[in-house]
Amino acid sequence: MGLYSLSAMLLAAVVAIAIMAVSETFAIFVPGLLQGAWLTLQIALLGCVLAVTMAVLAALARLYGPLPLRWLANTYVEVFRGTSALVQLFWLFFVLPHFGLTLEPFTVAVVGLGLNVGAYGAEVVRGAILGIVPGQWEATVALNMTRWQALRRVILPQAFVAMIPPWGNLFIELLKSTALVSLITLGDLAFRAQQMNQTTMKTIPIFTLVLLMYLVMSLAITICMRLLERRATRGLARGRSA
Amino acid sequence: MWDWEYAISIMPALGKAALVTIQATGIGFLLALVLGLILALLRMSGPRMGWAVSALIEFIRSTPLLIQIFFLYFVFPSFGIVLDAFTAGVIALGLHYGCYCAEVYRAGLEAVPRGQWEASIALNLGTYATFKDVILPQAIPPIVPALGNYLVALFKETPLLSAIAVLELMQTAKMMGSETFRYTEPMTLVGIIFLLMSLVSAAGIRWLERRLNRRSAR
Repeated sequence: MGLYSLSAMLLAAVVAIAIMAVSETFAIFVPGLLQGAWLTLQIALLGCVLAVTMAVLAALARLYGPLPLRWLANTYVEVFRGTSALVQLFWLFFVLPHFGLTLEPFTVAVVGLGLNVGAYGAEVVRGAILGIVPGQWEATVALNMTRWQALRRVILPQAFVAMIPPWGNLFIELLKSTALVSLITLGDLAFRAQQMNQTTMKTIPIFTLVLLMYLVMSLAITICMRLLERRATRGLARGRSA
Repeated sequence: MWDWEYAISIMPALGKAALVTIQATGIGFLLALVLGLILALLRMSGPRMGWAVSALIEFIRSTPLLIQIFFLYFVFPSFGIVLDAFTAGVIALGLHYGCYCAEVYRAGLEAVPRGQWEASIALNLGTYATFKDVILPQAIPPIVPALGNYLVALFKETPLLSAIAVLELMQTAKMMGSETFRYTEPMTLVGIIFLLMSLVSAAGIRWLERRLNRRSAR
């Protein structure tokens, strides 16, 4: 969808939540749900930071690392992409304590989701770096740059632009998978919704509000990434055959 | 730390649960394929309809599957339709991934050259015949790998059904854990089963992709 349609949807969703916040049937649920949404947002943001870090490290290790490091990165990516996020969270939450490592639920959430999305992101980063035309590498050799200089100054800045749209999708996946942390006892948006649902049985208003809140967060991410893409590609088309 | 005897003793039960997981994946994905095609076709049918369907797809894709599963499971009864957990879960899976599939179908449909439509009009084919005999046979094969990726993605989302107590792999492992206080073996085995099945299906998709490419190249 275009930027205008997305913004219109975002506006409509925000207005809908605002109207519900003052209407009688919905108002009691809003403060609690907003608290949950705040926790969801915190987990999503910290998870994003971890995911991007892991993705870049794993991609660079897979591409340029020495053999053992490459193997390690391969295993990381295959294992985390091959099993489901919920299984990973449960494993970190229930099994790690048996090995003497007990983590806070919040830490499990951030680490689990960050590592999961990071594994998918590693493929995005790797693909974007491999997508840079070989001539760019040859040019850096001609300019007598070291490999690290070439990567930092020439390759990564160009790869960055190609990474923006897939990262946008991954951030939304991450935001959506934060709903899973409700199953390891964290009081996020999904958890509060379930709790309220069990105590009041007012399923439709509660879940409508929750869906709208998630929609607002996802649309905000989508719109931000579109704007970022627009900024990053500005002026880049110059000198490139269309 | 790792008890082999216990691990082997729970294998049969996990195997049975794996069948439920596979069943949910199969039915869910079939639903997603059909629904995705319908959504993709509806989106092409006119500007106003197209916008409404786009907004619906955007909405479903932007909200967590877990919430959608809860929504279907808890909301349907208030309209007098009581679904068992498995049905509600599978419908939610199909609906969610149907929206992803709709995007894939759209890419496939848009890749069919305009001339094919014009040729169908010239041959006086009806809309239905055009789609069935001309457009879809050209649009579907190139998108099979993309659809396959969503099959694997859907498969990996089935543990969410444990949240509404469907007895699939995750729920079975959780129950074993809470009965014996041994989470290590069941959880790890579930992880390994998922990893194996994903790797096998990924290999299967690559094989299918190669076969389809060979056929269309000929």
